[in-house]
Amino acid sequence: METGIRVFLLTQLGAAARRIGIAALLGLSVVNLSGCGLFGGEKEPPPLGAEAEEPSREAADQPVIEPQVERRRVRTPEIDNENFEAGGFVGILGIEDFGSSGVFGARLAYHINEDIFLEGSYGMAKAGTTSYERLGGGPRLLADEDREYRYYALNLGWNALPGEIFIGENRAYNSAFYVTLGVGGTDFAGDDRFTLNGGVGYRILINDWVAAHFDFRDYLFDIDILGEKKVAHNLEGSLGITMFF
Amino acid sequence: MARDRPPFGFGALLQIMVLLCISLSARADNFFTRLFQDDPLRQAVVADPFLDMHTGPGVGYPVFHVVGRGESIEIIKRRTDWFLVRTARGEEGWVGREQMLATLDTAGDPVSIRDPSREDYAARHWEGGAFIGRFDTGSEIALFMGYGLTDHLTAELTLANVFGSASNNFAATIGMNHTFAPEWWVSPYFGLGTGVIKINPKSTIISTEDRTDQLGYYSLGARGYVGRRFLLRAEYRGNVIFTSRNDNEELHEWKLGFAFFF
Repeated sequence: METGIRVFLLTQLGAAARRIGIAALLGLSVVNLSGCGLFGGEKEPPPLGAEAEEPSREAADQPVIEPQVERRRVRTPEIDNENFEAGGFVGILGIEDFGSSGVFGARLAYHINEDIFLEGSYGMAKAGTTSYERLGGGPRLLADEDREYRYYALNLGWNALPGEIFIGENRAYNSAFYVTLGVGGTDFAGDDRFTLNGGVGYRILINDWVAAHFDFRDYLFDIDILGEKKVAHNLEGSLGITMFF
Repeated sequence: MARDRPPFGFGALLQIMVLLCISLSARADNFFTRLFQDDPLRQAVVADPFLDMHTGPGVGYPVFHVVGRGESIEIIKRRTDWFLVRTARGEEGWVGREQMLATLDTAGDPVSIRDPSREDYAARHWEGGAFIGRFDTGSEIALFMGYGLTDHLTAELTLANVFGSASNNFAATIGMNHTFAPEWWVSPYFGLGTGVIKINPKSTIISTEDRTDQLGYYSLGARGYVGRRFLLRAEYRGNVIFTSRNDNEELHEWKLGFAFFF
């Protein structure tokens, strides 16, 4: 490569020299070319008597040819790590006493090993009306903004039953039936409520990095909005799509 | 031969500049293609008698193909301890970490698969995770993020959500931890910090104003290295809330956490 550039430069040099008519420059370029190794430069042999004794002793210590091999530097490509999984879900959330509503949200998971994963999720829904409000024509129990249902959850998941599903003769998809358990908070009916949740899910990998999820979870929190304090069960069924990255 | 005109004509100079520009732009082009192009895949050669290829990234997935010694494979990606590889004939499957470690790279050395170790733990800077615990009589969920300034000192930011019987609180604190013996598997630490706490009294009890107070805390805790990039933490905090009333509130806080470093 370097020789190529050098030859190119020298050609340029030659052209310039022709144009201004300096014949001596050509001679210079020939001297330069000899440096490229194209023309082996002749060197005068050293006087024989001067080094006659020295090399015989050094020859034993030094190899005849000094190897000038440069070690090949190989950049090993990084292996793409895909332990995170992120995506969204839509579903139906049954809010105890307040009917069923549509719910949607996002999830982010980190797979620690083939069995265990950590998951964070956030969901949004809007509660409907209680039967008391609907049938009795009674006063509204909650203002509109208090019917907004927001939750977050930090969960631990276990891929209990990894497997494959087969569609037809030639298609197999990896899947896992998993169990989740976690804690979180729910903002509903004017208060933040400490929320426990547990559920099961089914993950089907459409390809190496896209998965479809079917989830069923129960969110439990204390509520006393209807007079007595009780544990409310809020069941959620959802369908999600996630991507591994 | 002394002459006023340089031996290089202007035309030649221009051509050299063009050449220089082309070589520079070629380099820049190379940079951009490297940036947007997918990296080449890592190659490996099977050194064990055989390499099992599973249909999925788990020990339970069946082995559907076996790669013999001397055959080369490409490593496409990794998920947890499993590697998706492609054989020369185009078959793709998942190989476990143990078997992957027994393959050789193109230079004939064992394939290097680096996982975070205790040395990385000692040299860590960032640490993040979640706590669950008790804050006074309420339940608490907290997220935290820390940055190691030295081996012993860590600056830490914590966001906590407390669900009490009379109020819900949201606290944001910033503090400094001193770890006594960072090289131990389980190392105790001591911390001091300050922050704000927003107290929302429960609406069903009484309709009162939310209030935000400043708080200070001291903490005692321990950090234990679990393996890879994971650690466990346990912490006690004594919180003093500087209220606008005559006396300050003192609240105890106990929590357990799971964290990872990077």
